Amino acid sequence: MKELEYPFDPGYILTNKKRIKRQLLAEEREFVKKNVAILGGYTTNDIKLVLELFLLNYGIMPSFYESEYNSFYEDAVFDNAQLQAFKPDIIYVCTSNRNVKVYPELSDDEKAADGLIQNEIARFSSIWDSLFSKYGCPIIQNNFEMPLFRLLGNRDAYDHRGRVNFLSRLNAEFYSYARAHEYMHICDINYISADYGLKEWSDPFYYHMYKYALNVNAIPYLSFNVANIIKSVFGKNKKAMVLDLDNTLWGGVVGDDGAENLSIGPDTSEGQAYYEFQRYIKAHKDLGILLNIASKNDEANALEGLALKDSLLNKDDFIVIKANWDSKDRNVRTIAEELNILPDSLVFIDDNPAERHIVTEQIKGVSAPDIGEVTRYIQNIDRNGFFEATVMTADDAKRTEMYKENVKRAKLQASFSDYNDYLISLKMKAKIAAFDKEHLSRIAQLTNKSNQFNLTTKRYTQEEIAEISSDKDYITLYGSLEDRFGDNGLVSVVIGRIVNDECLLDLWLMSCRVLKRNMEFAMMDTLYEICAKKGIKRIRGFYYPTQKNGMVRDFYKIMGFDLTNEDESGNSEWLFNVTADYVKKNTVIEV
Amino acid sequence: MNNEELYTKLNEVFREVFDDESITVTNVTTADDIEDWDSLEYINLIVAIEKKFGIKFNMGEVNSFKNVGEMAGSIVSKLA
Repeated sequence: MKELEYPFDPGYILTNKKRIKRQLLAEEREFVKKNVAILGGYTTNDIKLVLELFLLNYGIMPSFYESEYNSFYEDAVFDNAQLQAFKPDIIYVCTSNRNVKVYPELSDDEKAADGLIQNEIARFSSIWDSLFSKYGCPIIQNNFEMPLFRLLGNRDAYDHRGRVNFLSRLNAEFYSYARAHEYMHICDINYISADYGLKEWSDPFYYHMYKYALNVNAIPYLSFNVANIIKSVFGKNKKAMVLDLDNTLWGGVVGDDGAENLSIGPDTSEGQAYYEFQRYIKAHKDLGILLNIASKNDEANALEGLALKDSLLNKDDFIVIKANWDSKDRNVRTIAEELNILPDSLVFIDDNPAERHIVTEQIKGVSAPDIGEVTRYIQNIDRNGFFEATVMTADDAKRTEMYKENVKRAKLQASFSDYNDYLISLKMKAKIAAFDKEHLSRIAQLTNKSNQFNLTTKRYTQEEIAEISSDKDYITLYGSLEDRFGDNGLVSVVIGRIVNDECLLDLWLMSCRVLKRNMEFAMMDTLYEICAKKGIKRIRGFYYPTQKNGMVRDFYKIMGFDLTNEDESGNSEWLFNVTADYVKKNTVIEV
Repeated sequence: MNNEELYTKLNEVFREVFDDESITVTNVTTADDIEDWDSLEYINLIVAIEKKFGIKFNMGEVNSFKNVGEMAGSIVSKLA
């Protein structure tokens, strides 16, 4: 919903919460349900209500647990039957610098200040440790915003008695904890309060009146920030950008003005603004975001612009370049198809409001932020949190290469008349093994990102994956695939739960980047071997239809399972007998 | 702004905040007259009214309003 995308009107959102919620619930779409616990150090009611709107907008339907006023510590550290029964999927600890127990006095020496830091960190660590040991779910923790006053003036920043210094040191300690614990996510209110304007953010009126430690008008910015972390944790980040060229990546129209007359590069003020924007976009490549172009231009002109010495972005930074005279929505759709990703994981960047309108009207779920004028492009994209990096894996930096290799594969495939010959020519090698420590984050990432080739669409946090990997009542498999063009990385995950002599397949998924490569057959072969070795008699598969996973409706049939049950909404159960006469299904991948 | 315009705008705010098109407030309307009007919604109401009229109430005012009429009086004095 446009009203919930940055730049939004916080007043409109606050006033019209009820109506917006009604509208969001009326949309025809699937929601995933999540239990969100908010443990507050101050009033959190409106933070919760606005967070609900942003989450619904991301396709997440939250149920909330909200702690009593300022009882975040008690709720976390002591036994809490209500929270236990609530079974949170994620916990948000919403605190502010008003929740710091003791600040240094002017009479304190450095050692005393160190001691206060340690006490405060011990208190917060006990909250996080306790929450994680009890609930085993991700935790979001506010850092501290800067104080509203500086008793020591500028000295407050570097003197151990200054609050600016004290809070900065506490923040640094929070970050160390977050780096060491993957389940911990910092909600950077220090940044967003500065962005909003600290003296407005911390206007004491709202604390004295309502016990809010921030300006009520700033709540949408806080809630939006939290929603971005949550949607990222649950795999709802965007994956790719589709960019316009003229007046988006450079100033001017290449077809009219000629490449040499475009504004790009450090020599003019306008050119410099576009140059900085290109640098910002280019940095996304290493974050694993797939860059593409949809431009109304003759292709030769577009490429000429990208070949300019001052254009930081060039042809090789993009995976799909559509420079033609087709409508933009059509090109955006084609790009999604060629990348093999769903259109709703795309961000469309275009300076022209009419183009943005047609794309968002025609393709459900595509984001097309109002980027304003060139000096604002970066902030208007960045503040949207499309690519919030709660998880970073080694795969991210290689992603563009992998997708480009796919383009090469597509070309090779075109040269074979027999598909099997093509598969053999790829010289594929797979590694299929049980979950291990180094792959936990990628496995969790995949369970949250995969929508199409996903039989049950069950999502797992990294903590749950870690637990399952050490539970001997589970058979876990991951598969990675490499071929003559490169390494596809970890692309398939299977989780089977052993109950007596049966293996129940809680999860079977595969990344769409390796569709039609017979990787699923290789996974099946290995699954069979392990089951046979463990004396398992039957494997049961489950297919739960969603709007996105229609491509695997008959997957278990193809794998040789028999249908045993199907209800009217299309949920089906399948049975495979583990017998000695199994014939290997994969013949083209070396495992 | 005359009294009628003032109440038209106030009504808009109340209807938006409580998502109820049937609300019509008068100078004697109080929290007892509107079902969802509790202390938490009062915060939203105050913030929305401030936004709508481009004004800011002080703490004393927010704590002392007894009915919509008193709010309206305060708004008028601030706009004067």
